Amino acid sequence: MSGTDEEGGLHTGSRVNDFAVKVATVNGTGSASANGLILKVIHRMEIPVSGKNVFPSNIQGLPTWYELRMSRQGHLARTPRFDLIVAMNPSTYARDVAEVQPGGWILYDDSWPLSKTLIRPDVTYLGIPLARLCIGKFAGSRVRVLMKNIAYAGALAALIGLDMDIIRELLEETFSRKKALLESNYVAVALGYDYARAHFDCPLPIRLEKMEPGHRHILMDGNTAAALGCVYAGATVGAWYPITPATSVMDNFTMLCKRFRTEPDGTKNFAILQAEDELAAAGMVVGAGWMGARAFTSTAGPGIDLMSEFVGLAYYTEVPCVFFDIQRTGPSTGMPTRTQQGDLLTIAYASHGDTKHIALFPADPEECFHLTVAAFDLAERFQTPVFVVSDLDIGMNDWRIPRLQWDDDYHWDRGKVLGEAELAELESFSRYLDVDGDGIAARTLPGVSAKGAYFVRGSGHDKHGNYTEDEEGYQEVVDRLVRKLETAKSALPAPVIGRREGACALLVCLGSSDAACREAIDLLAARGLAMDLLRVRAFPFSQDVDALLAEHDMVFVVDQNRDGQLCTLLVNETSVEKAKLHSVRHYSGTPISAVHVLDGVLPVLDPATDGTAATSRSTRQAKCPRLQA
Amino acid sequence: MTSIKKPRIYMPKLERNALGLTRMDYEGGMSTLCAGCGHDSITAAVVQAFFELGLPPHRAVKLSGIGCSSKTTAYFMPQAHGFNGVHGRMPAVVSGANAAQRELTYIGISGDGDSLSIGLGQLCHAIRRNVNMWYVLENNGVYGLTKGQFSASSDLGSKSKKGEHNQDGPIDPVSMALSVGATFVARSFSGDKEQLVPILIAGLRHRGFAFIDVLSPCVTFNDHEGSTKSYTFIRKSTSEVVGTGFVPIKEEIATQYESGVVHPVTMHDGTTLYLRKVDASYDPTDRGVAYANLRERQERGEIATGLLYIQEDSADLHVREKTVATPLRDLPFESLCPGSAGLEELMDEYL
Repeated sequence: MSGTDEEGGLHTGSRVNDFAVKVATVNGTGSASANGLILKVIHRMEIPVSGKNVFPSNIQGLPTWYELRMSRQGHLARTPRFDLIVAMNPSTYARDVAEVQPGGWILYDDSWPLSKTLIRPDVTYLGIPLARLCIGKFAGSRVRVLMKNIAYAGALAALIGLDMDIIRELLEETFSRKKALLESNYVAVALGYDYARAHFDCPLPIRLEKMEPGHRHILMDGNTAAALGCVYAGATVGAWYPITPATSVMDNFTMLCKRFRTEPDGTKNFAILQAEDELAAAGMVVGAGWMGARAFTSTAGPGIDLMSEFVGLAYYTEVPCVFFDIQRTGPSTGMPTRTQQGDLLTIAYASHGDTKHIALFPADPEECFHLTVAAFDLAERFQTPVFVVSDLDIGMNDWRIPRLQWDDDYHWDRGKVLGEAELAELESFSRYLDVDGDGIAARTLPGVSAKGAYFVRGSGHDKHGNYTEDEEGYQEVVDRLVRKLETAKSALPAPVIGRREGACALLVCLGSSDAACREAIDLLAARGLAMDLLRVRAFPFSQDVDALLAEHDMVFVVDQNRDGQLCTLLVNETSVEKAKLHSVRHYSGTPISAVHVLDGVLPVLDPATDGTAATSRSTRQAKCPRLQA
Repeated sequence: MTSIKKPRIYMPKLERNALGLTRMDYEGGMSTLCAGCGHDSITAAVVQAFFELGLPPHRAVKLSGIGCSSKTTAYFMPQAHGFNGVHGRMPAVVSGANAAQRELTYIGISGDGDSLSIGLGQLCHAIRRNVNMWYVLENNGVYGLTKGQFSASSDLGSKSKKGEHNQDGPIDPVSMALSVGATFVARSFSGDKEQLVPILIAGLRHRGFAFIDVLSPCVTFNDHEGSTKSYTFIRKSTSEVVGTGFVPIKEEIATQYESGVVHPVTMHDGTTLYLRKVDASYDPTDRGVAYANLRERQERGEIATGLLYIQEDSADLHVREKTVATPLRDLPFESLCPGSAGLEELMDEYL
């Protein structure tokens, strides 16, 4: 394969639509707009691209990075290897210079001289006096700072071949009502562009070329997609407490509801409650779910901790509700603006006593949309909390995904709810009676009929909903809850399985590890090592998961957490032999890359390597018996 | 939360309300609280209030937290759905439920532990949100179910049953409610049904958060000499500021009140509330006056009771949020989902 070689080393020749750029700036300076512009241009050039924001937990003044990866093959996981670094933050120069691949380029602002200690012989320096150019063109320090960012976008346009027509089109869309700003942006783009053209050999060997439009794609982050899923699923009550990186779920729900859920007279078909804390947010969602509305909350790990008591109540009293966990780096406050999959165990068994919860794991914004709709159906059908487990990488970064589609034949599944007429036919109503043998008891909604009235109680209750401290009466209910979850297993989103001819091992992952794992499997195939892929999309695991695990003698489990939480869940919840599981973990706070996966897999699968993915190709080893045959 | 089924005795001559229901139809399971518990008197007053107003029991919902007070929701109106959640978190559950279904009557029953310690934050914020509900704080100054610890409403120096004197100052729920903007603030005593029932009725008619602190002695752990929440002490210290009378819409006032002493308040549904002021200069619609009077009496060692403050034009959560008139939970799917056409249009904005 050409382009992104997992071997690392010096890049030679030209690489079209297959390289990575990192932009280093200071947060709060407006660089996000410039970076967003660059991402959108590449996206509209129909080149598969990903943009990942690596930002500080701060409003202004700290270092921030933006990573762009272009891959014509569509490998859009994060790559830790950068061909070009746009170094706009002197305070991180040393680190940024060190990060560029040998043979790569560093674009920096040479309004001030670069310290000699920052000179590497194996990279090319592209100095542009951006600050000086902006001082000459713009008045006011704030405008100069903002425009300097747009100017580096202009320089990149010349250096890597961003389409100038698309840049203009996007600027016009953004500033259609602010002509003065539009004009300054044009000037700034031209500053960088012209300077680069005049001083460097443009474009560089790493460059972009428009691709044929295939499927119609959009750029969307997972939190927007999840909020859209809430609107489409018919959610009417959202309760929340602000927390990074989940805040934009409710921000987007608010925005979308204003648009789609507001009557001509200004009245609203929804209620959004900003709670005093996550305990209250969970309580509100439970209250609304009990009352028969589709209700949800969005939070991150610390919020899940606070919500746990209510989660247990909802589980035991069987109240439908949906929880979004946009995971960030823990424990405790941890690194709130960095990503991780650290809440898997917490969510699987949230709350005290015997509890277990349905959790769905979207891998990208497209799945955030569809699995959100599924989550509301599952919550009402199985009358239990359902978690949509996303993370900061999916939630807050813009992903290039196919346009979202909606099937107008869809109708929501409200589960077993007895109305007045159905109740009238019954001799009496018992809330927790398993009439159908599937573990799901019918519920009633408050205010509908006196006959359907019962007491929701977190205290011990029997199948009639009555208070009990009776051994059998108590156990009967908690045992039925186990049966209910068994029934649910087959209704949950099926795992995604990718089979390869002659596969000698299985790679298991969930959520945002997907792209890195798929790329790793391609890279392994290029080495002659075939692996199957199993991406679980739901907990509790279905029979398919168990079967695929049993099929393989060697299983690698990829986790974006320190302790291998998915691995633990597989050991705990399937019949897999622990000895054949190999845990592959990445937990530094950045999204996982294929390199991280290979680093975990190769030493076991292909011990002839020295244990890192960066060594040269080796022959197949005995560890991979089926391929040797 | 335990209760014992009450035997139903056929009594044809019982008084019936507008719905044709008797007081017994509003009664629930037999109380399992201690004999003489103030909470049981409150339950009886709740039954009386609902009976008098002629509210259909199944259109009410009863929510509570954890504690002796929270058990009482099982002792009235079994036709109503109940929710006995987690300790101190009833206000959040009501907020969510009320957001989803605005038409029901929300009854919140709580105690001083549930409301002023573990759930103080939730109570304050539900008041701020002005959730349309009835919040009855059954206040006995003690943790009963865990056998006699001081609560956050225990007065300084009040003596526990074990003989210890309380060292931490109390949180006065009425001052607290006034200070965070409650739109209906009342205090009564479980032993004074004459005063309590009309307050409860007025609270049911209020659109917004009706906060009712009811002093309710714990006969087992806090009714001894030296306690400031005993029957004797409360009887001695309470002093009514405002009496409450309630007149349904279009009905004439039967009682003649001395002019200047009666303060009529028109409720959002057109009914009129008549407040009898003990002091003619007191204005129950002025938060500042209510607050000052409360403090003044506190300093004199008096416990002010009555409907102390009411905001006539109170806008509840739904009015503020401009939610549709139809309860959100009853909206059909078609009115909530924008369909493929809406999505197609939206997708063009994410190109």
